[in-house]
Formats: sequence, C-alpha cells, structure tokens
Amino acid sequence: MTRHATDAAVAEPPRSNSDLFGLYRDMRRVRTFEERVGELFVRGQSAGSMLHLSIGEESAAVGLGSLMRKGDTFTTHHRGHGIFLARGADPNRMMAEIAGKETGYCSGKGGSMHIADMGLGHLGANAIVGGGIPAVVGAGLASKRAGEGDVSIAFFGDGAMQQGILYESMNMAALWDLPVLFVCINNQYGMGTRIEQATKGRALHLRAQALGLNGETVDGLDVRDVRATAQALLDDARLGHPGFLAVECYRFFGHARMDKSPYRAEQDETEGRAKDPVRFARDALIGDGTAPEDTLDSLDKEIEAEMDGAIDFAIAAKQPPLSSMFRDVYAVGEAEPEPVRTRIDRILAKD
Amino acid sequence: MADREIMYREALREAIDEEMGANPEVFIIGEGIAERGGSYKVTEGLLAKYGPKRVRDTPIAEAGMIGVGVGAAIAGTRPIVEILYVDFAMLGMDMIVNQAAKFRLMTGGEGRVPFVMRTQGGAGGGVAAQHSQSLEALFYHIPGLRVVMPSTPADAKGLLKHALRQSDPVMFLEHKHLYMTKGPVPEGEHVVAFGKGAIRRQGKDVTVIAWSNMVQRALDAAEDLAAEGIDVEVIDPRTLVPLDEDMILASVAKTRRAVIVQEAPRRGGVASDIASIIQDKAFFELDAPVTIVAGLNVPIPFNLTLEAASVPQKDDVVGGIRRALHIGPLAAAAE
Ligand SMILES: Cc1ncc(C[n+]2csc(CCOP(=O)(O)OP(=O)(O)O)c2C)c(N)n1
Ligand SMILES: [Mg+2]
Repeated sequence: MTRHATDAAVAEPPRSNSDLFGLYRDMRRVRTFEERVGELFVRGQSAGSMLHLSIGEESAAVGLGSLMRKGDTFTTHHRGHGIFLARGADPNRMMAEIAGKETGYCSGKGGSMHIADMGLGHLGANAIVGGGIPAVVGAGLASKRAGEGDVSIAFFGDGAMQQGILYESMNMAALWDLPVLFVCINNQYGMGTRIEQATKGRALHLRAQALGLNGETVDGLDVRDVRATAQALLDDARLGHPGFLAVECYRFFGHARMDKSPYRAEQDETEGRAKDPVRFARDALIGDGTAPEDTLDSLDKEIEAEMDGAIDFAIAAKQPPLSSMFRDVYAVGEAEPEPVRTRIDRILAKD
Repeated sequence: MADREIMYREALREAIDEEMGANPEVFIIGEGIAERGGSYKVTEGLLAKYGPKRVRDTPIAEAGMIGVGVGAAIAGTRPIVEILYVDFAMLGMDMIVNQAAKFRLMTGGEGRVPFVMRTQGGAGGGVAAQHSQSLEALFYHIPGLRVVMPSTPADAKGLLKHALRQSDPVMFLEHKHLYMTKGPVPEGEHVVAFGKGAIRRQGKDVTVIAWSNMVQRALDAAEDLAAEGIDVEVIDPRTLVPLDEDMILASVAKTRRAVIVQEAPRRGGVASDIASIIQDKAFFELDAPVTIVAGLNVPIPFNLTLEAASVPQKDDVVGGIRRALHIGPLAAAAE
C-alpha cells in the first residue's frame, strides 16, 4: 500500500482510487501524515514552527490529486503537504524536508512551506500568499504549445482571493484559452481573519465567471462531489477552457503550530470540525457495506505504520553539510563568486 | 531617574498610541492588527482605544494596502501600514518605488507622502527563504525613501514618533528577534530625529558599524575582545537614510579602522556603500582596509545549522574585527 516515489512512481504514480475506498485511503494518508508532522514538531525534530497542517482539507487534495495525470503540473500554497502527498509524493522525503534533512525533497533547504518535486509536476510550494498562482498560466502556455492537453493547477487558500495577482492570472488564462485550473481551498480563515472579514463578495466562483472562466463552488464534505466537479472542470480545461473551483472546508486547527486560534469560538470549531471529509467517507463506506469497519481499521493501522516510518526516516536522516551552503544558488557550472570571507582568508594565508 | 524597562514591541506600541492620541490623522492598517493585536502584538489594545476607523484589519493584499497607505498620505493623513514580513513588501514595490518615493519631486515639491510602512525582517528560527530576508538595501537604493532600522526599544519608540511627524515615506524596518528584547525607554515625549547615530560603546582601536539585530552581536563581540585588551567602538547609525556620516567619519578618524556588519547578503548591500563613503572621505585616516562582515550571497536556507551559518554570528564579527586589526602597522608591531 505504501507508495514510495521510486522511478516508476515518478513516471506514473500508481492509482486505483477512483472508487471511494481508494479516495478514503488517500485522504487517511494525508490526515495521518499531517498528524505525524504535528508529532515531529512536538518531539522537537522539525526544523521550525511554521508548519501549516491541511487537516480538514483532505477532499480538495485527494479529489484533485486523483484526477491529475502524468504531464499535468501544479503549484501549491504554504498549506500544501496534503496536495503533494495525494499526487504521489514520498512521505519519507516530505517528512525529512520538514525536519530540514539532507534527504528531504529540497535537501533540507526549502522546508515545510516549499516542499516540491518537479518530477511529480510540482512547480513550487509558496510561502507568499498568491505567489504560486501566475506560474500555472505560464505552464498553461507551455502546455498549449506542446499540445498534449496537460493541465496546470494552482492551489491556494481563500486568503489569496484578495490578492490582485489572481485576477491578472485568471484573465490571461481565459484570454488565451489555456489549460489551467485555479483551485481555492476555502477553509474560512486566513490566519486569524475570517473570510467575512476579508471580502464582501463570497460567491468566489462568480469572480472567475466574470472573467470568462468556468467557475464552481463545491462542498468539501464528500470527496466524490469534489472529484466529480473537478473532473468536469478539468476535462474542459484540457480543451482550453480554464476553470476555477472553490472547495468549501474548515481549517481544523490553528494557522500554524503555535497558533491556538484564540479568535475562534468553541462553537465555530465544533461546527467546523463536524465537516470532516475523512470521517464522512469512512461512514459512507461502512454505511453502504462497501467496506466493513475492521477492514478500514486495519487499513488505518497500515497507514499509521507507514507514517510512523516517515518520522523514523526523518529523524535518522543526516543534516545537510555546511559545504552544501552555496549549492543550488546558481546552475551548476556558474560558480558563485568566491565568498568575501574565504577571499580575505586566502589572502591572509598567503602573507 | 532611571527609565522603566519595556520590550521593543511595547515601545513601538507606545509610540503609535501616543501619536494616535496626539494627532487624529494617524491611523494604522495591516493584516490581523486590529482584533488580534498583530502577529507581534505591537498593536494590542489599540482597536479598543481608537476604534475600527483608525485601527483596521486588511485582507491579504499587500500591493493594495501599501498603495492605499500612499494615497491616504498624499491626501493628507498619516497612515501606518504594517506588513507582516519585509519579504511581502515586495508585492507593493511599485507603490513604494514608483509612487511614494518620487511623488514629492514629480509634483515639484507640492505633494508629500508622510507614509510609514512598518515591517520586519531577518533570519533565525527556520522560517525559510521567503520569510527571512534583510532587504534594506533595496529601499536604501531608492532616492526619496527614508530607511529606519531601530536596534533598541528606546529607539523603536523615538524613531517611530519622529517618523509620524515628518513628511517623507518611511521604511520602518524592525527585526523579528528584537520584539521581545527589553531596554530602558523614556515615558511620554521621546523623539529620536532621523540622521543621528548612536555610539553604543566607546573604544579606541576599531570602529564597528552595525544596525538592527547586528548591534547586539557587535556589542557581544566587543565584549569578548575587551578581554584581550582590544577596545572596540560600536556605532549604530539607527537610520540608514539619512546616514550619520559625520559620526562614522569622526569615529574612523579616531580608531583608524572600520568594520561594517550587516545581516543582509554581502553583494550590493548597504555595508558596501558605507565602506565606499569611508574610503572616499577618510582614506588617509585608515590603517587597514575597511572590513565587511555580512550574510552570505545565498537565499536563507531552511535547515537551522545552515541558516545560522548564512548570517553573521558573534564569532564572525570577532573574526572581522581581528582581520581589521591584523592587517596593518598596529598588528605588525604587536607580533
Ligand atoms: C504575501 C503574503 N502576505 C501575508 C502572508 C502571511 N500569511 C501566511 S499564510 C496567511 C493566511 C493565508 O490564508 P489562506 O490563503 O486562506 O490560506 P490558509 O492559511 O488558510 O491555508 C498569511 C496572511 C504571506 N505569507 N504572504
Ligand atoms: Mg484560508
């Protein structure tokens, strides 16, 4: 069941999750991974506290992730662990990156907010709200030239709906008939600011429609709904009709690990957390007899073991060496000019 | 009478509070600054005191927020726009560079932009490449902008009060690791004019010029070296634009050696410009090349060990001072 990113997986991530069981499994993997990220932090093994968990948002990650195919590309925001995992990332290398280790996806230099792997079509995880959005328009242009129908998807939060760059990007995507999809994961909050405090126009998809894109809003409770709505938008996007999808959900925990959400009423949290796509899928599987409870229990256990393994992997991994400091600042062969300190030391050594 | 000690962030709040109390045109906007009191708790309590018209939460829209601030300033009010990280101010660079900085000149001196952008920078704590930068050189480069970098609670208060009384666009650059530092701060009226540096430590052997979070690092290095009988003078320019050249040149004339410490990457930094000013105006006073201790020319890496190694630590400052002392007659005579 584990899906480590072997070379084969990079070429075509294995997928048998178009049915609810598979979607549940993928959502459970995201949930459990994020719980383990929290544990890594508590154990003092993460290399920072700026960890944004996507618990409560699994249906967006998996609904879309299960529809992406080889050649498709995407960008994510700072809360992107789940999306990348749903797209087939190796949890070990993700966790190692969060711990700042050499074997992490970005050699320990990117961190939680920047985990990406071009090999899986991930064109960058952004810590600038809205920063990753226009890249998919560029990728859409490239795809259109190539003519393979590959789509590029931007994932971002409701907070980014108020950044001007989104509208520049959607306009160009529509104007140029690009295979692009904009996905807003509306978890109702941007840090401590509720969406009602950020905008008056909360029918978010209408903004996209006004610019000539397909635009939909879907409740994130049932991953099948998310998937079906996304499927229609993606099919159209591949033909050159860009789309926008808002997935309604709830940010179960604080903005980042240190945030205890003092600005949220208990009732708000209780109601919000009732909208749990993982539990909903589980109940549905049991309810219609697709999977008995003990089957799901053992699946959950298997996933827990996998993610425990990711923690162990991350903790055991090596720190990047100091000698890697200048690596990846420029392309190989374009050497960084000698650092001033070493130059002076060299001159002094000669005297 | 000794001043009470308060935190940097409390000193900033006191400045805003006092200026808002004194001048109804002063107001503040930013992400999460009103109801939540700001990510660094600088604006805590201000909403209750001054109400939502003067203490306003914004959507996440930096280009717009900064532009709104610039416009409000042109229209005669005194806005403070808080930007969570200086990295995010890049979204508003058109507003800062093309609009605010040039407005006075382009209107033949008629227009003015008393706009204060408060933000913070600096590395440390594993917040990675897009939340750790020291970007003062970008603003320093643009004629028309004031660049302020307080290192102590007292200066945080005094410089912010001054910023809210003058009439140019001010880039008020705080440091994320200074908010919780404590120091004596005068109560009530305490204004620090722009362009006046502070001598943080008197010394006769070498002049160290440092600002923001690097001031304390320079003082720590000076303390270490004092044990070896090396007498370091530490100068904090406090504002980079305008720069207190007189204080720097007088100190260099006395010590004959200069070390400049900046957290920002070495290439194209403010330190390089200060070094060029020193060599231009005090070349014949110098006994050694001007030394720069700076961040490495890399995006700040996430890994904590690499991160720490990418910006100057105390030992780097000590090393820089030693270099300045070893190249030249004083060191030769001593050896
Ligand atoms: C340009 C920019 N402004 C502000 C921030 C600080 N910040 C980080 S996450 C965040 C909230 C984002 O909310 P949303 O887009 O809804 O994403 P969520 O965190 O809810 O997933 C803010 C304000 C930032 N990282 N970048
Ligand atoms: Mg949100």
